[in-house]
Amino acid sequence: MSFDPKPTTAARTDTFVFGIPQNGLQKKERTVPIDEPPPLPANAELTYIGKPTLRYDGPAKAMGKGKYTADINLPGMLYARLIDASIPHGRIISVDTAAAEKLPGVRAIYVIEHVYGVAELRDPKLEAPSRYPVVRYAGQPIAGVAAVSQQVADDAAKLVKIQYDTMPFVVDRSAARADNAPVVFPGPADAAASAGGGGGPKDVPQTGNVHGPERKTVGDVQKGFAEADVIVEGEYFTQVQTHSALETHGFVVDWKPDEVTVYASTQGTSSVRDEFAEVFKLPKSKVRVITEYMGGGFGAKFGAGNEGVVAANLSRKANAPVKLMLDRRQEHIVSNRPDSHQKLKIGAKHDGTLTAIQLTSYGTAGVGTGAGTAGPATNMYKCPNLLTEEYDVFINAGPGAAFRAPGHPQGCFAFEQTIDDLAVKLNMDPLALREKIDASPARKAERQVILERTNWRNRRPAGSDTGPIKRGMGIAQSVWYRFVSMNSSCEVRVSRDGSVELMSAVQDLGTGTKTLLAIIVAEEFGIPPADVVIRIGDTRFPIGPDSGGSVTAGSITPAVRNASYQAKQKLFAAVAPHFSTTADNFTLQNGRIVFKNDPSRSYTLKQITAKLPTAEISAQATRVPEYSKERLTYGGVDYVELAVDTETGRVHIEKVFGAHDCGRPINPTGVISQINGGILQGISYALFEQRIMDRNAGYMLNANLENYKILGAREVPQIDIVLVENYIAQSSTDAAGIGESAGIITLAAAIGNAFYNATGVRMRKIPMTPANVLSALGKIQEVQA
Amino acid sequence: MADTPKTTFSRRGFLKGAGVTAATTVIESANALARETKEALHADRTLGPDALPVKLHINGHEHSVTIEPRYTLAETLRDNLGLTGTKVVCDRGSCSACTVWIDNTPALACMTLAIDTVGRQITTIEGLSHGDTMHQVQAAFVKHDAMQCGFCTPGMVMSCAALLERNPNPNLDDVKHAISGNLCRCGTYPKVFAATLDVAQQRNQATTLVAIATERVA
Ligand code: FES
Ligand code: FES
Repeated sequence: MSFDPKPTTAARTDTFVFGIPQNGLQKKERTVPIDEPPPLPANAELTYIGKPTLRYDGPAKAMGKGKYTADINLPGMLYARLIDASIPHGRIISVDTAAAEKLPGVRAIYVIEHVYGVAELRDPKLEAPSRYPVVRYAGQPIAGVAAVSQQVADDAAKLVKIQYDTMPFVVDRSAARADNAPVVFPGPADAAASAGGGGGPKDVPQTGNVHGPERKTVGDVQKGFAEADVIVEGEYFTQVQTHSALETHGFVVDWKPDEVTVYASTQGTSSVRDEFAEVFKLPKSKVRVITEYMGGGFGAKFGAGNEGVVAANLSRKANAPVKLMLDRRQEHIVSNRPDSHQKLKIGAKHDGTLTAIQLTSYGTAGVGTGAGTAGPATNMYKCPNLLTEEYDVFINAGPGAAFRAPGHPQGCFAFEQTIDDLAVKLNMDPLALREKIDASPARKAERQVILERTNWRNRRPAGSDTGPIKRGMGIAQSVWYRFVSMNSSCEVRVSRDGSVELMSAVQDLGTGTKTLLAIIVAEEFGIPPADVVIRIGDTRFPIGPDSGGSVTAGSITPAVRNASYQAKQKLFAAVAPHFSTTADNFTLQNGRIVFKNDPSRSYTLKQITAKLPTAEISAQATRVPEYSKERLTYGGVDYVELAVDTETGRVHIEKVFGAHDCGRPINPTGVISQINGGILQGISYALFEQRIMDRNAGYMLNANLENYKILGAREVPQIDIVLVENYIAQSSTDAAGIGESAGIITLAAAIGNAFYNATGVRMRKIPMTPANVLSALGKIQEVQA
Repeated sequence: MADTPKTTFSRRGFLKGAGVTAATTVIESANALARETKEALHADRTLGPDALPVKLHINGHEHSVTIEPRYTLAETLRDNLGLTGTKVVCDRGSCSACTVWIDNTPALACMTLAIDTVGRQITTIEGLSHGDTMHQVQAAFVKHDAMQCGFCTPGMVMSCAALLERNPNPNLDDVKHAISGNLCRCGTYPKVFAATLDVAQQRNQATTLVAIATERVA
């Protein structure tokens, strides 16, 4: 797929709908490439876009017919098990595979040479060369075994004997900062980001295990504090959260000399293809990646991963397709959201105007980097003086990875609670304070919704309840950014029988991408979305964006609309002679194709395509650059009502009301499903989830789903969601993703603020387990995780 | 790896004699079922470790399959019979993704040995629909968008459909209780509640209509 990043030089000026309906819609002039489709009107005037639409593959999912990577079963396929390190730090002396090789049914064993997805030494010479990579965390992949059944592969994995030379380790963030702490890396080390983000700064100073700071400065923070009438400060702690996608990471690799076919549970077919090509020195044209269904990723599933590389080597060795899915324990270790220890200080004038923000954060991404938390403090409100210093702390634990809004749930937990503290100190309503300091028109509309539709006006002073059960309400806001991937292409085909087909390598990780794309094509052709055939998740099709950072909807839908529009124009041009007219005399009205000069003449799409001189016409399109260079952000405002049982320490979330925006919503049904999910993941993060490391043995104690608690049905509160339409005049669809800003960022902070309103006590540590709550309330001593 | 500190219990050892293990969702007859099965099935024979042929009744059909006694029902369904609608997520009884029905009672296929289901009627997610015609609960899941990635969905559907069989008139708490063991990482729970309650309502309305019609005829 060739790709031309330069915009076409020929341009025209057009008028676009702009702004937020609640605030009054406006018009915006933009110069756009000459062949762009005409601007779309607001959703209210459209047939399919913006209308609740059933999930394209809903029936397949409800009937258990969708084939996920874990479900792939190819003829002659072998099953593999990844063998991983049982010690947190040390050198491998030997890997003895003799007994495993002798086990009947074993077909291949592969010992890995390089560990991917972790920080690497800037100077590799600091470590003595070794046949095996140094083990830096318990669970680090070492080898893989493929056999005729999963049971035999599991048996064989237990027969592989690994001898270690152990080294001192540290699995606790604060212990790792000590001068005499065991060092995870013998010198400075950096980790690359994945296609989904994550990763930390490179080439910053490193002392022992402390990597950083990455420093951002705006204005003069000391001057800002000197000018402040009030100053609020706080120290906050967040825990490590694991992704816990229900389908574990995994691959089926079918290595053939002329093409390597990879079934991947991934958020980025392109990222998988790129890494396979890079690792195995293959031309990309010989790597095909397929992801028809995938069982959740949340940021952790990009690229080939160690398990993909192992599966490919096993397949090549055994000359057979190999399936390698991580087991649940390995899934908990392969990736996580880093923890944090943040010190935050905010200065403001009596009227709320911010004068200074200062943040210092330490966090651990295990053997990776990317624990920064400064996003909300830097980007939510305007403040003339800012200083942020972010440090990564290495420990002997699995690497951090992008996880739904990397850095932002942690950052927001500290920042939006400190803003709440500021409101208390200024004796201002927290919503009114934000009204004063927040320039975002979308969040303004969202706060209005919260004010009108929730109980906010009846909010009582902090700690009003006198009994043991205390109720309160709180809000918090989020910020996320408009990222666009230019690697977003597709092809639309129209056949003489009237069928319409869309093809792109883009994947659907459960967000409803297929439905989204069907709606765009449907709107352009005037046929129901269910009548469009969507073929995605295969790199044989034109390249698609990797789904990270809420990039998918905003990147691929304009390409899909443009390809549909161009295919339609080609269709009109091809059939016009048959109807004794010209292409520009055709227009689409209420699902029919109408003569502009004689509206009494109208046809169905089928009647038109029947006259195609060839069996099929098609058009390809690639994402056109943003119409204007403005830096855009999205956000949401979430409201929480809760009850705290001050005797048991239990926090019970009773109601959540979320108001969110994602540009032009294409399928409100899917958007609301994602926001529900973000809110519930946010509650789960705030109240339950926590990776627990054994300090003495150095491994994760609760790498399973019974001791790593995620939210279940009984912890679901009443949730109401309002979508705010936000037209930005940036592309032919104006769509944007919602994955990041959907509740996951705000909920811990909103719960913290509601907790304060209920009890008059500030909750500075998550998860808000009974032990942490009771210690915050001063009823028991602080409990170490 | 003898030197490993991580848990590596042997499934065979763990499950031996355990019979059918019921779902973490609430099932009244689980213990009775386990007892009966144990008595009925080769009570005094030692099986394995070699594979043996067994016949399993799944979705109304008899399937002959040769499996080792240690194979779980989930493994047998997925790897040996190609019925991959049943998902395996935790493989140790803590998420309910693998929920199937054994004699119309929800059970966890990852915690059930396939050989213990000989002589039982097994229903999987594939057995709920007929061709392209969805079971009412499946259709309601689609209508309410009670799924995102869809990996938990088959287990959710099996739990919700079973609830409606034993309690045609559940309230919200009953639904929450019935799927309290079914984990969903995408957070589809609110829509699962809505879908299940919708089916109950539809069925009750249908029943009322039939009753009214009967009255009129009478
Ligand atoms: S897979 Fe059976 S309960 Fe989780
Ligand atoms: S829909 Fe993804 S886990 Fe439930």
